[in-house]
Amino acid sequence: MNSLDLSTLGLRAINEKLQFLDPGTNEREWTITNPMGQHAIACGLKSPISVTVDGHAGFYCAGMNQEAEVTVNGHAGVGVAENMMSGIVRIKGNASQAAGATAHGGLLVIEGDASSRCGISMKGIDIVVGGSVGHMSGFMAQLGHMVICGDAGEALGDSIYEAKLYVAGSVESLGADCIEKEMTAEHLNTLAGLLEKSGINKDPALFRRYGSARTLYNFDIDQADAY
Amino acid sequence: MDDKIPQVTPRPSATFDEYTMSEIRRAASTGIYDIRGAGAKRALPHFDDLLFLGASISRYPLEGYRERCGTEVTLGDRYAKKPLHLKIPITIAGMSFGSLSGQAKEALGRGANLAGTSTTTGDGGMTPEERGHSKLLVYQYLPSRYGMNPDDLRKADAIEIVIGQGAKPGGGGMLLGQKINDRVASMRSLPKGIDQRSACRHPDWTGPDDLEIKILELREITNWEKPIFVKIGGSRPYYDTALAVKSGADVIVLDGMQGGTAATQNVFIEHVGQPTLACIRPAVKALQELDMHRKVQIIVSGGIRNGADVAKAMALGADAVSIGSAALIAMGDNDPIYEEEYRKLGTTAGSYDAWHLGKDPAGITTQDPELASRLDPEKAGRRLANYLKVMTLEAQTIARACGKNHVHNLEPEDLVALTVEAAAMAQVPLAGTSWVPGQGY
Repeated sequence: MNSLDLSTLGLRAINEKLQFLDPGTNEREWTITNPMGQHAIACGLKSPISVTVDGHAGFYCAGMNQEAEVTVNGHAGVGVAENMMSGIVRIKGNASQAAGATAHGGLLVIEGDASSRCGISMKGIDIVVGGSVGHMSGFMAQLGHMVICGDAGEALGDSIYEAKLYVAGSVESLGADCIEKEMTAEHLNTLAGLLEKSGINKDPALFRRYGSARTLYNFDIDQADAY
Repeated sequence: MDDKIPQVTPRPSATFDEYTMSEIRRAASTGIYDIRGAGAKRALPHFDDLLFLGASISRYPLEGYRERCGTEVTLGDRYAKKPLHLKIPITIAGMSFGSLSGQAKEALGRGANLAGTSTTTGDGGMTPEERGHSKLLVYQYLPSRYGMNPDDLRKADAIEIVIGQGAKPGGGGMLLGQKINDRVASMRSLPKGIDQRSACRHPDWTGPDDLEIKILELREITNWEKPIFVKIGGSRPYYDTALAVKSGADVIVLDGMQGGTAATQNVFIEHVGQPTLACIRPAVKALQELDMHRKVQIIVSGGIRNGADVAKAMALGADAVSIGSAALIAMGDNDPIYEEEYRKLGTTAGSYDAWHLGKDPAGITTQDPELASRLDPEKAGRRLANYLKVMTLEAQTIARACGKNHVHNLEPEDLVALTVEAAAMAQVPLAGTSWVPGQGY
């Protein structure tokens, strides 16, 4: 395990080090100490390394991640794992707004709660939240899965496209064009796989599934009141 | 009717003119607002309302065929390790594959390469063809983040964070289902054939403090190599420019309301935002007050048509201009050779703006393979390069006549205005007077 002290090395040096590792290196496990809530920690990683942020992270931690496994031993600020392409990002604490925003792939695990707009415009990522999510989560969610083990705030899945949402607790309200959908055996299987992969122990039978009614896919003046 | 009483001539209403009444009838018939492409069509104070003061006794000109007049421009040397170096101060504005055909995007790249300037992606991501055909490519970072990925980000020569555009400041985008074919749908992670809505706000930041952090993240991901542009619609140019500079932008792209769009509501295009002419001086003032003029470059767009417009934008303080609609026209958009087909679409050459419907006879704003094949990318690229060359020569001609050895040396002192409105907006004297509205009180 290699250790990088953010308070002495600075953000640029650490990100550059982790982004440009020799492809053949055996140094694949790294810890960033003293993160102190700084922004853009471990963003733009592009190789299968393991990075542990030992403390709290600010905005855009692990942004646009490719292949790397990033673990935050604390809370994460706005837009954690935004636009992630692949890999795994795990937040041991809570996450602020827009967690996993626009992300195309990979797995984001938030063991605590996530704030508003979790999974906004998600494009293929899988998100598993151990706790609850705030309002407007899954807004314009295009592809991927979001598993919410706790409750969902108001307007869940507003203007959702083809993403699939699973909620174990209560849903304060559904957004425009988001409806509850049948939970088939295939969906249960997918859900169980995501829970297992994320290491969160929750009975899949407790969840309900939500997705798009697809009434807003093509503009219809009679649907204008839905917005 | 008494034949002895003289009849007055039927008088149409200036308020309810022919177009206005036709729009009321259309709205009443459909219940849907009018969506179209292009920019504001109404008459607005514009560069035509300004004139240059050529040199005479008090100033002396440069010889047109002997003395150099530079046109090169460097964009993004505030923070970026690799700023853009352009031969001419005219760039190609962001237009997406999706709204434009692949052939049209290729032609834009070819034309820009020949002229020594850059092209820009649009909402929908970067295609390999586009990257391959553009030596200098600016990658737009939009609220939708369609097709956004770090590999393409690193392949780009610059990154343009789009906050807004002149045709619809405060509004998002729209690409109707007719243009969402398999490839466009795949690039945007959406089902084929649906109406694609692009968000009006970025999903993971709000306000200038967040933008500063977003710019930091993009720089970190791209090793601080790429110039970061921030594009704003012309609504509050003074404050937006100042805030973009504060946020760490290398370059400001300022788009007035004549700037085109692939599709949005007509009411938005015609009634939101300010004319390009009204936007430049407040933005330049913000840069000057921050001691950032010529350090953070400003690119002006929205209704740039010829070398005179280029020179006038430069004189008002721009470092470069950007063209979109004019580039499409140069390639064949709205060409009278397609008049018969335009008429079948219910319009006429010069007025065609249903770019969102994908039936463009010129093969530019379409995803229909048959229509798109009408555009020869090499020929269209050559036409664009010719047009860019003419604009550059025209701007140089004017600059030399004003005694300037670089187009950047043009200044407001070289201009007068033909109307009080233009004088107030450009903050130059009304022609024949020393009066600048708003000054001297």
